[in-house]
Amino acid sequence: MKYVNEYRDPELGKKLLARIRRNSRKHIKLMEFCGGHTVAIFKHGLRQLLPSNIEMLSGPGCPVCVTASSDLDKAIAMGHLPGVIVTSFGDMVRVPGSASSLQKAKAEGADVRIVYSAQDALKIARENPGKSIVFIGIGFETTAPTIAASILQAEQEKIDNYYVLSLHKTCPPIMKAILDLGEVKLDGIICPGHVSAVIGSMPYRFLAEDYRIACAVSGFEPVDILMAVDSLVEQIESGQPRVDIAYRRGVKPEGNRAALELMEKVFEGGEAEWRGIGVVPGSGLKLRTEYEKYDADKKFEVKVSPAKESKGCICGAVLRGVSTPPECKLFRRVCTPERPVGPCMVSSEGSCATYYQYGEKRG
Amino acid sequence: MRQIDKEEKILLAHGSGGKLMQELIESFMPELANPILEKMDDSAVFDLSGRLAFTTDSYTVNPLFFPGGDIGKLAVCGTVNDLAMSGAKPLYLSLALIIEEGLPVADLKKIIRSISKAAGKAGVRIVTGDTKVVGQGSADRLFINTSGVGIIPGGVDISAGNARAGDKVIISGTIGDHGIAVLSQREGLKFHTPVPSDCAPLNGLVADMLTASENIHCMRDPTRGGLATTLNDFAERSKAGIIIDEDKIPVDKAVLAACELLGLDPLHIANEGKLAAIVAAKDAERVLAAMKRNKYGSKAGIIGEVVKEHPGRVVMKTNLGASRIIDVPVGELLPRIC
Repeated sequence: MKYVNEYRDPELGKKLLARIRRNSRKHIKLMEFCGGHTVAIFKHGLRQLLPSNIEMLSGPGCPVCVTASSDLDKAIAMGHLPGVIVTSFGDMVRVPGSASSLQKAKAEGADVRIVYSAQDALKIARENPGKSIVFIGIGFETTAPTIAASILQAEQEKIDNYYVLSLHKTCPPIMKAILDLGEVKLDGIICPGHVSAVIGSMPYRFLAEDYRIACAVSGFEPVDILMAVDSLVEQIESGQPRVDIAYRRGVKPEGNRAALELMEKVFEGGEAEWRGIGVVPGSGLKLRTEYEKYDADKKFEVKVSPAKESKGCICGAVLRGVSTPPECKLFRRVCTPERPVGPCMVSSEGSCATYYQYGEKRG
Repeated sequence: MRQIDKEEKILLAHGSGGKLMQELIESFMPELANPILEKMDDSAVFDLSGRLAFTTDSYTVNPLFFPGGDIGKLAVCGTVNDLAMSGAKPLYLSLALIIEEGLPVADLKKIIRSISKAAGKAGVRIVTGDTKVVGQGSADRLFINTSGVGIIPGGVDISAGNARAGDKVIISGTIGDHGIAVLSQREGLKFHTPVPSDCAPLNGLVADMLTASENIHCMRDPTRGGLATTLNDFAERSKAGIIIDEDKIPVDKAVLAACELLGLDPLHIANEGKLAAIVAAKDAERVLAAMKRNKYGSKAGIIGEVVKEHPGRVVMKTNLGASRIIDVPVGELLPRIC
């Protein structure tokens, strides 16, 4: 398969590993921002192959995991309103909120439907003119343009029963927030692949310039990730951090103009609450005033009590890179993919689920 | 025979036990006819002798028709394969239909024809059956249950708990074809794929394998949960470890591409015409050669072996020389978000 096979080439991988081993001297901490990267690293066993002085931490790049309980509670409450159909990406329906989940709400009679894209939600809106369709908009800059497109299409087709609960989040502000917390000392970041295909590599420049952190945008194949690590090691050892793209087939420095324009037309920056991290200014995407009639938050004023987090769950610390899943007392004992306590165990790209699926276990 | 109107739908009355029901059942008969069924008594009566294998399975699939098969073919092949996996020669099947009111009669006919064809191919007879019709919303168009009986030849002892260190792991062909074929037809996810479902009866292949060797220890068709689930079951029940080689697992190019796109693992995806077997090392090549001569095993390969280490666990050696644990999938397979 073109664009996949060459990036899984064992010979190329082994050469890169040899070079990383040769060049890497300092003890360094690298964070892979994306859940997709964490999965790829585990799936291909890369942690075992990298030298022990390179420590890999998982970051907050899992859209389901970082959705705040209060936002989820709001979505659940909307599901219980008469005449409302809540549409959501699949993983989201299983995430426990304060007291319930969309899945439980569905069993209790709420009309909750899994869709694969915002286009499917729009289709449901077309087919159910008497109902209000709420799409739970989660995800980073990768999904936001497609949801912006669905709103523009609704506008064009004069569909007046389609609403988006915009819980979208943006990556550069959360990277800054995590660094400003000062809990983890990072030497390098493997920057997201698909997000960067949209926003490009420029938005990470502050990391290299202001924080002196090496950056490399990576794809999701083992050779992509090793190329990124190789670049990070070289930047760190030479003491010259920059933003490198180790994913040239997918990412241009300036990003994808058409997608960015769509996103900017419909959304503007706003604050967002991140699970386990809190409210981060400028890290969310709100619907612009021109499109506020599509804003589920404005249309349905649901009141929810302050969110409650599950006792003992350390998803927040995991998302900040402060703790690893096995350090959680609930991990594998109480919290499993079948009965998740926290969101990181639900999403297939959540750190806890990845550690559970691919990591050491059963003694 | 009465012509079927294209628009004709199954009505609740078709399940009432009255004339409509009789007509419906009689319209199936020419497709399924055999001397045991034709008697139409309350139970099928026949002679059997030897060690009996008996299995049952219910079939629900969305959509009912998919590239390479339909629910009818699935209902026959699935039960035939379950019998074959214990080494049995499948003989007789029951067929129970739960039909949702409103199902087009033409669709039902098509499915019955498909059942007849699949049974013919597998060399089994449908000897007893039942039809129920339920109101709209009480079932999803059509549910089928089939049970089957077969005879296990002497000397055959196949069970998931029989794997021994040193045994070889064999897969009969490419994995994930059925799951991807069905997924590609789902509402909201439609994509064109040249991959048809692999749905097929495997009893002929199993017979060839049993002729080649008496040392087939475990055998299973990796349906729901995929190859990962089957191998984990072998490892757990046999209290042995299994090591497989990423390079050696056959996956069709299009299946691999679909999996990449959706973020799914071919090891977790359902098959309906493949089997995984654990065979004594000394006979592995001979069994493999016999499989390759059968059309349902032409792409068979040895993909790994049973080891003493890490009992209960399946480990895969990756292309880069690392290893990772292969676990069973959890819940429904969902495409990734970003």
